[in-house]
Amino acid sequence: MANVAPAVNISNLSFQYPGNEAPSFTDLNLQVAKGERFGLFGPNGAGKTTLMNLMTGLLKADEGTIALNGVKVGRHKYRVNRLFGFVPQDFSFYQELSPKENLEFFGAWYGLNSRVIKQKTDELLQVMGLEDVRDKQVQQFSGGMKRRVNLAIGVIHNPGILFLDEPTVGVDVQTRHAIINYLIDLNKNGTTLIYTSHQLTEAEDLCNEIALLDDGKIMAQGALDTLLKQHKHNDLEDLFLNLTGKHFRDDV
Amino acid sequence: MFKLWATLTKDVRVLLRDKVGILLMFIMPVALVIVVTSIQNSTFQLMNKNKMVLLVSNQDTGKLAPQLIRAIDKIGMFRVSELPKGTDSVTLSNKLHSKEAELGIIIPKDFTAKVSERAQASANKALKSFGLDADSIKTKPGATSPINMYYNPVLQEQMRLSVDGALRSALQLVESRETLRDLYFSINDKPLPAKLENEMLSSKTAINQVPTSRNGDRLIPNATQHNVPAWTIFAMFFIVMSLGGSVVREKVSGSFIRLKTMPTNYLIGLLSKQIVYLGVTMFQALVIFSIGVWLFPFMGLPALNIPADVAGLILVTILTGWCAVSYAICIGVFAKTQEQANGFGAVSIVILAAIGGLMVPSYVVSGPMKTLVNFSPLHWCIEAYYGLFLEGGKFTDVVTNIIPLIGITLLLQVITVIGLKRKNLI
Repeated sequence: MANVAPAVNISNLSFQYPGNEAPSFTDLNLQVAKGERFGLFGPNGAGKTTLMNLMTGLLKADEGTIALNGVKVGRHKYRVNRLFGFVPQDFSFYQELSPKENLEFFGAWYGLNSRVIKQKTDELLQVMGLEDVRDKQVQQFSGGMKRRVNLAIGVIHNPGILFLDEPTVGVDVQTRHAIINYLIDLNKNGTTLIYTSHQLTEAEDLCNEIALLDDGKIMAQGALDTLLKQHKHNDLEDLFLNLTGKHFRDDV
Repeated sequence: MFKLWATLTKDVRVLLRDKVGILLMFIMPVALVIVVTSIQNSTFQLMNKNKMVLLVSNQDTGKLAPQLIRAIDKIGMFRVSELPKGTDSVTLSNKLHSKEAELGIIIPKDFTAKVSERAQASANKALKSFGLDADSIKTKPGATSPINMYYNPVLQEQMRLSVDGALRSALQLVESRETLRDLYFSINDKPLPAKLENEMLSSKTAINQVPTSRNGDRLIPNATQHNVPAWTIFAMFFIVMSLGGSVVREKVSGSFIRLKTMPTNYLIGLLSKQIVYLGVTMFQALVIFSIGVWLFPFMGLPALNIPADVAGLILVTILTGWCAVSYAICIGVFAKTQEQANGFGAVSIVILAAIGGLMVPSYVVSGPMKTLVNFSPLHWCIEAYYGLFLEGGKFTDVVTNIIPLIGITLLLQVITVIGLKRKNLI
């Protein structure tokens, strides 16, 4: 069997924000195989969003390499950017536009032609339950609807890898359920999911592999059942508190 | 190409839904050009048609004071209003405070006596120099009492100086006439004939005002012709409020994070903004020029005369718009917040307009400011527009203004690209 490159391969990654006293990561190594639903969990300030920004090329590593499907991030910017979709934590679209207009614009920037854009727009608006409001300005939407628009834009080009930074924050149970189900369907069709969240219950619903990140280090990594057995805990929250401690982590 | 088209569509949609931005870009400049032109036109009318009221308190009972009043009236600059005999300086000042007039003079009670005395002394001096007999006592006259000119402090210095000049010429006429009469009487023992007096005192040399337009037109420049181009440029550059803010808004919003992770160069986004907002500046110019041509006459203002070289006008407008757009994008790229972009953008445009000659003509500027003028892109824009609108020139006549304008525009583009690269945005 041919040696298939992992979806994400991080080798000896070091990164420090300019002006910060301590590095965010030192010699970090992480691999995510293709087709996985990978959850990255950790307390506030653990480095989840920083790591995601490094993987998506928004930040540049000081040392080490990150490769997506074998292509190095930073060296082949536009080639790498075609490989993945990104659903940032903030609403990343134009609030003045409708969901349809947002999808048309971002679809074009992903390099899709107008026929594919139309087809994918119709499909995604249907799947996300936004068909009835397709022509309304997004600024009139509820938080849950905006989250669905945010997700739809990130997947319009059928990415091989999808980075999701807290995609369910601030949504109701129905929307969370719909988003999780959609992501599972997407994964079944071959998209690797790299996912961060504070919602530990989502790890059980969505992820087949998780990593617990704290202070820029991977504290534990593996399938959820395996980790619980390994560390002799009944649920993820206990494991999380055991590995990361109970003190507050919000830095000023 | 499809990416650019999609981006243009997005930018047009976002722009059209920004009602406040549209208001700032169109309604405010239109209001500004109408108000400023109306005000400056009133000043023009004041100097040329609507006369200033001049209150005159004549305390003299002699024959020369009425002559002085008639001479002032003949200048054509004032509507003379004579106050009752004995009106003192306090009453006159009160009338100025109550806005009955901006100006007033008091002719002293010894005006005729003193002017006559001086005239006779001058005539005697002249006779002596001719070798004729003269009364030696009258060659040393006493000091003449001054005519006090009272003015409202709100009267601008330039206006006050021209009023002062006009009064002096009227006074000189009266004094010269009196000297001439005395001289003639001393020599001929009879009064100077009126016909000869008029011939000797009236100016023989006319002054013709000729605007030196390049196309030979003799149209007299007016407030519209000065103000419409100037405030059109100001309006174009004022899009910094909308465009600069739009760039910052996109930069700080989540949408920019997504754009940075996409397989498309952000320069396409900036190119699209340049095209869309260049269209906006063209439309601004079209609206303001149309108002000048068609609406101003209905408002009692002079109509705007469009230059003969319409192609040149379009080209200068495009280059002005491009420079304005480049400036706004540059501000947007470097500003960290929308408040920074709006605040710095607005203040800098007012400063650049002031040093560029939009508010005060650049030919009155001197010293180090004269050098500073050249760094304002608005200066080169207004010079090019004036070359077309006021001097009747063609595009080739204003190329010397266009070259620095293009230079500044390209410099702004380079600074923008450097800023984007430094901020890792492209």
